[in-house]
Amino acid sequence: MNAGLQTELAGIKLRTPLIAASGTFGFGEEYLDFVEQADLGAIVVKGMTREPRPGNAGRRMAETPAGMLNCIGLQNPGVDVFLQDILPRIKRLEIPIIVNINGNVQEDYAYLAEALDASGVAALEVNISCPNTRHGCMAFGVVPETAAAVTAAVKAKTKLPVIVKLSPNVTDVAEIAQAVEAAGADAVSLINTLVGMAIDTHTWKPVLGNIVGGLSGPAVKPVALRMVWQTAQAVKIPVIGMGGISSASDAVEFLLAGAKAVAIGTANFVNPQAITDIATGLRRYLEQQQLQSISQLVGKVRIGG
Amino acid sequence: MEQKSKFVEQALILSNQALSSDVYRMVVQSPQIAHDSLPGQFVMIRLSDKLDPLLRRPLSIAGADPQKGTLTLIYRVIGRGTQQMAAAQTGASLDVMGPLGRGFDLSASRLLLVGGGIGLAPLLFVAERCCPRPVEVLAGGRTKDELFWTELFRDSCQSIHVTTDDGSLGVCGTCADALPALLANGRYEGVLTCGPRPMMKQVAALAKAAGIRTQVSMEEHMACGVGACLACTCGAADGGSRQVCKDGPVFWAEEVDWS
Repeated sequence: MNAGLQTELAGIKLRTPLIAASGTFGFGEEYLDFVEQADLGAIVVKGMTREPRPGNAGRRMAETPAGMLNCIGLQNPGVDVFLQDILPRIKRLEIPIIVNINGNVQEDYAYLAEALDASGVAALEVNISCPNTRHGCMAFGVVPETAAAVTAAVKAKTKLPVIVKLSPNVTDVAEIAQAVEAAGADAVSLINTLVGMAIDTHTWKPVLGNIVGGLSGPAVKPVALRMVWQTAQAVKIPVIGMGGISSASDAVEFLLAGAKAVAIGTANFVNPQAITDIATGLRRYLEQQQLQSISQLVGKVRIGG
Repeated sequence: MEQKSKFVEQALILSNQALSSDVYRMVVQSPQIAHDSLPGQFVMIRLSDKLDPLLRRPLSIAGADPQKGTLTLIYRVIGRGTQQMAAAQTGASLDVMGPLGRGFDLSASRLLLVGGGIGLAPLLFVAERCCPRPVEVLAGGRTKDELFWTELFRDSCQSIHVTTDDGSLGVCGTCADALPALLANGRYEGVLTCGPRPMMKQVAALAKAAGIRTQVSMEEHMACGVGACLACTCGAADGGSRQVCKDGPVFWAEEVDWS
């Protein structure tokens, strides 16, 4: 019954185009009471670093109009614990596992790529767009040259498909996408969160412990959609679209804009069954539109005429 | 993982009444969640399909009747979410996700429940679930306007001790002020507390000095309620961290980094 939803991404077969976005789905196990496994195309696990990271101090989350700010700061147990304790458990799910990798310096990304190369994960998502860390990460993703250099360093250490996760906090996202494509990226995913801020008018202090944080949720959807559309026209590699997708209709918009698959993030918090609900909605949409496959939607936005 | 332990239910609102100027009691029909809920666990409430406010609200469970399939929520109106909840009508439906988190260990034979303000809500569920075992409660409120708590605990608690910040009822001060005299009786085998963090810290320290272990129910801002978003991380005494939503919200006092 998933035939129409099947897709393929950089050599990875996906049962549906719906991917659980990094940082919103834990290691996958947290949502299995709510989501049908057959509806999940892939799971991108919480951002991984070489060493364990405690994350940021102070308040880490603030609700904003139709969205939320977070400054988690890449809290994770480190790659060794992931490989020894977590991956053996989640590999049994028969859902492709994509690992989101992060670093302070370029060598950290190369180290993680090598450590994960033969682990049995489906792909790597190179995070050069996390806005919540003091060093590295987003700094690499806002300059085409460093974005390309990190991509090349990862590609040199792994045979796994490499997805590069792009930041929306740039003037020209297509330029960054082209740079990582030239450096060997197999796909790009976007958008990561938009840097934002909230201030408490009673205390006159920033709401978040880290002062600024990443904005996600329906509030960012139009910006994300525009960037996915621009990127899809600029590169030949597949684009994974994300940013505020909460419904099947939102997912269709991203497919029409040129995304080959989409990721669901903040919507999982609001509706833990979001991925299953969206899969159901997509099947119904294909039926209504008399389409055989979601691939018939990809990039088909009608501009002009 | 074969057996589901957490559910999303569209719960029918059976009643939603004001207990004081800003505290409400809502009873909903939510059979799966009511069946599995344990004292100290919580639910995440989605108020509407609208995008704003976006996120679910965590609320402690104040009672669950597995036979009737009902869930009781007692909440204080503090923001837009709880304002909307207070306005919800009987007969409408409420999106409830749960039961979530780790509840209280109720194995100690004689429990003292120490609750400040709305922190008494999960302790009411403890008292009801323990009944007819002897349980006592120390209820702290701001003023005698919060007298309704003593009514709620009357059926399930052997003794009800009261403090108010303004002295309008019971001992003047907080729960921590009234606790030493109660502990001096030396008849409790466990203390369970929920309320403001400074109060819980004091309660745990006083109980420890009296040789009694304390369980605390922590509160933190959270988005997911299931351990995925990592917004609700709190420091642990072992130098590591815990997720309030998944590892808690109930912890042994000695697990918590109180600094």
